[in-house]
Amino acid sequence: MFQGLINALPGGISQGLMWAILALGVYVTYKILDFADLTVDGSLATGGCVAIVLTAAKVHPILAIIVAFFAGALAGIITALLNTKLKIPAILSGILTMSALFSINKIILGKRANVSASPKLTIIGRLANLFGMSSSGLDRNILTIGLCVILLAGIIAFLYWFFGTEWGSSIRATGNNQTMATAQGINTDRAKIIALAMSNGLAALSGAVISQYQFSGDVNMASGTIVIGLASVVIGQLVVGERGSFWVRLVGVVLGSLIYRLIFALAVQIGLDPDNLKLISSIIIVIALCIPTIKQKFFSNHKVGGEKNNA
Amino acid sequence: MLEISNLHVIFNKGTVNEKHALKGVDLKLEEGDFVTVIGGNGAGKSTLLNSIAGTFPVESGSIVLDGVELTKMPDYKRAKYVSRVFQDPLIGTAGNMSIEENLALAARRGKRRTLRWYTNNEERAKFKELLAEFDLGLEDRMMQKVGTLSGGQRQAITLLMASLASPKLLLLDEHTAALDPKTAKKVLALTEKIAKDNNLTVLMITHNMSDAIKYGNKLIMMNEGKIAFSCEGEEKVDLTIPFLMEKFEKTVGEALGGDKLLLG
Ligand SMILES: Nc1ncnc2c1ncn2[C@@H]1O[C@H](COP(=O)(O)OP(=O)(O)O)[C@@H](O)[C@H]1O
Ligand SMILES: [Mg+2]
Repeated sequence: MFQGLINALPGGISQGLMWAILALGVYVTYKILDFADLTVDGSLATGGCVAIVLTAAKVHPILAIIVAFFAGALAGIITALLNTKLKIPAILSGILTMSALFSINKIILGKRANVSASPKLTIIGRLANLFGMSSSGLDRNILTIGLCVILLAGIIAFLYWFFGTEWGSSIRATGNNQTMATAQGINTDRAKIIALAMSNGLAALSGAVISQYQFSGDVNMASGTIVIGLASVVIGQLVVGERGSFWVRLVGVVLGSLIYRLIFALAVQIGLDPDNLKLISSIIIVIALCIPTIKQKFFSNHKVGGEKNNA
Repeated sequence: MLEISNLHVIFNKGTVNEKHALKGVDLKLEEGDFVTVIGGNGAGKSTLLNSIAGTFPVESGSIVLDGVELTKMPDYKRAKYVSRVFQDPLIGTAGNMSIEENLALAARRGKRRTLRWYTNNEERAKFKELLAEFDLGLEDRMMQKVGTLSGGQRQAITLLMASLASPKLLLLDEHTAALDPKTAKKVLALTEKIAKDNNLTVLMITHNMSDAIKYGNKLIMMNEGKIAFSCEGEEKVDLTIPFLMEKFEKTVGEALGGDKLLLG
């Protein structure tokens, strides 16, 4: 079993890092904007479908990934408009867009069940070619890990900078206390549009990289995305705590995504049925969400009148 | 400078819960006026302030501030001219953000927000100076999350925030009601200082009659969505609690009951 786990490690780390891009997007909506956005369940697949279709059509994979990002951002903007302009509740807005994306993703794939691209056309194939490596086996995972580390470092640096700017600070205020934000002249509708565009752009970017890694994409590649993203965010929070510097918390999300994959690999290794994996995912999240509450129940009996900070 | 004419607000129009909360309010304020607003529960005091701030659309009438028509302007745009402090100290500030971040957000009220860093050293120094004047020891805790502060401290910060970015009108809705008497007194003193230092025009709702008499140069009493009584100048200076109580009983047509209007 131990050997099996070791063998599963490179693939698990690749998965963990690719899905960490999504998890950072979920962090933006769930933690910063305080908006339960279910759009990612569709936009991740949109990113994957757009990227693989373009790659198969011999568009440069970097361009394909960039286009995928913007396709996802557009999906996020639609959810934000449904919520802010048409006043549809957040969760329902996300579900509506997500559901519509399922059909749109099929159209993008040209009604095929899935689309594959020749490995040499993908970013992995091109990198393998560049470094004289193979685009399969361990090499494929090493290249993916390298690519993701660079992407994640860039994304974390960007988010750290962005949420320190006047714009970013307005979005954080909107998520923290919308009445205050409005009273301070912040256009909270616009704040939501920007944050949801960013979040779903990241989800699509994640899907795009996954499709490059798989050399294929399909409409179902994103089912259960929100659960995976939330699990990573929640586990990450457990690992680094909520008090740390912003970039530490972002790195925590990446660690959360890796730990989630590790737990997953372990579950498969001890012989759990892959059909039960979604059940396991939900249980992981429930446990991760419970731990702070349980901790508080058992360890903070001495603290009196601690003010809740989430005004 | 503020001109409200024939303002009507109706909540839940056309339903069984229809509520005609403002029934033709006319109000004219001069620059630098400090107006205290009193009236029983449900008289429409908060509704009046909320309609000036743009929290909900009004039924009819107009609100003009220094020649700027506010009536149909969205609330976040009105924030350029109108700043406010709420009764609940948790509402006026972002608890998860630092004192400095809250102040920086307020300093940009009504200005175009950019991709520059949320504050700068020059501004930090200014905030420090302003906080030091408050004498609450907050000037050395600028990076502390506002959520860790007491209600009184949060209310003081909200007040300072409301004075930044030179607003024209300051709306205070029972902003000391949630504080203990000692802190309430401090915050009221700060309110007066800030209004004077920045030459703000102020509308202050209070349920404390002696505060209503003590502060400001004008007073209005609201009842059932209308301004039932108003006074200013000498007449305001000479106001007494018994006189106001009598006025109130006459307009409302009933004796001043328990929690309807606090005497303080
Ligand atoms: N958003 C709202 N929806 C429906 N009714 C409201 C709303 N806000 C206030 N009201 C009603 O309007 C009347 C005036 O309320 P308000 O202005 O809050 O009174 P107060 O003078 O105590 O501040 C009350 O009857 C109140 O119930
Ligand atoms: Mg009120």
